[in-house]
Amino acid sequence: MSESEEKATRSPAEIMAIVEALIFVADEPVTAKLLAEVIEEDRQTVQAAIEELKNEYDAREGGLQIREIAGGWQLSTRTQFHEEVRKFLKTRPSARLSLASLETLAVIAYKQPVTVPEILEIRGVQSASAIKTLLDKRLIVAKGRKETVGRPMQYGTSKDFLIQFGLNDLTELPSIEDFEDLVS
Amino acid sequence: MTDQEPEQFNFDFHRASAQIVGASDELTIKIGDFAGPLDLLLFLIRQERADIFDIPIARITEKYLEYIRIMKKLDISVAADFLVMASTLIEIKSRMLLPRDPMAAEDEEIDDPRQELVDRLLEYEKFKTAAGMLYERSAIEQAVFTRGPIESDESNAEIDASVFDLLTVFQKIMARHVDEIKMEIHREEISLADMIKEMRRRILEQGELSLLSVFEEMRSKRELVTAFIAVLEIVRTEGVRLFQNTTFGDVILRKV
Repeated sequence: MSESEEKATRSPAEIMAIVEALIFVADEPVTAKLLAEVIEEDRQTVQAAIEELKNEYDAREGGLQIREIAGGWQLSTRTQFHEEVRKFLKTRPSARLSLASLETLAVIAYKQPVTVPEILEIRGVQSASAIKTLLDKRLIVAKGRKETVGRPMQYGTSKDFLIQFGLNDLTELPSIEDFEDLVS
Repeated sequence: MTDQEPEQFNFDFHRASAQIVGASDELTIKIGDFAGPLDLLLFLIRQERADIFDIPIARITEKYLEYIRIMKKLDISVAADFLVMASTLIEIKSRMLLPRDPMAAEDEEIDDPRQELVDRLLEYEKFKTAAGMLYERSAIEQAVFTRGPIESDESNAEIDASVFDLLTVFQKIMARHVDEIKMEIHREEISLADMIKEMRRRILEQGELSLLSVFEEMRSKRELVTAFIAVLEIVRTEGVRLFQNTTFGDVILRKV
């Protein structure tokens, strides 16, 4: 069976089913581009199939949802069943970040790429341990050195940051200027 | 400190941020986890119900210094950054006490010494609010679960090995064994009887023999042991005695 023949035999429903299977087995959010490559369909077809699939999941109001996160698609449980899921898995919510770490992360997320002195300028306090914590948790990554005196290391957020904070990309973060209104 | 938990443990963002609870006279003070001097300053401004654009600098400075004194009293190490802010506040306060230049024109714009601090506070507060937003988001995200990892060649390194990988490992092991065998061939076996014979010959010829030099000639632990036993044997059976010139010095085997 040649490739073109195989391609021709797939119905939209079939593509949807295959896409569903692949999103299910993927360990992390998977892009429409990658799915298209693997199953040798064009990207638009796959994109449409995913969106149709997402609508189906939403309409069904079942225990699962298909979400767009960190630039890819992911199958996950719905938030409202977290207590039951947790009880079943016998897990507790994992450790939260400290106030200092969250603040540092916020500065990095909005100002990236940003250096340690720049973070100090905004927070008014040394952030070395917070930065170490964030690096250990892989929420931030080094983004090269800034071409200025001392060539300080610059930091930015990682893909894990997007995943852990439920963001598709950085533009989904509310604008920092919006917080100004809240402040005053 | 009320919150004894290390940095990474659970806390409630809104509860944990900034708390000084207590009457002015009694020092029943509960010190929260301030993220920094700006955080503390914002808290004090709010507590005093002061306007951030018109900070009563004398009052706030006093409160701020009081807080630092309490921290010291409670043996909490005061971070240098808190002290930097204290000096900034005192500087602003003193600049505000200076009388206006009488020569300056009436309508001349006067730089408010507080302006820079206000700008920093406003900028900081935006990020503090953003931190709260991130906190909420992560809380929501923690309620979402994805499928556990599936065993694949990539995730299970144990089965991710071909016959060639096995061969490579086997060859490495074999190569190591060849080395070991070589070493064993290298080791010259000398029997206790031969060792005794050799030593006796040297003692008879030279009259005496340094034990240290004998032991230094030995090339392996095994030979050393053999030599040692040979010495004991010679001393026991032959007319040979052990002498030592100095304590812990060399031992000399001498024919008597």
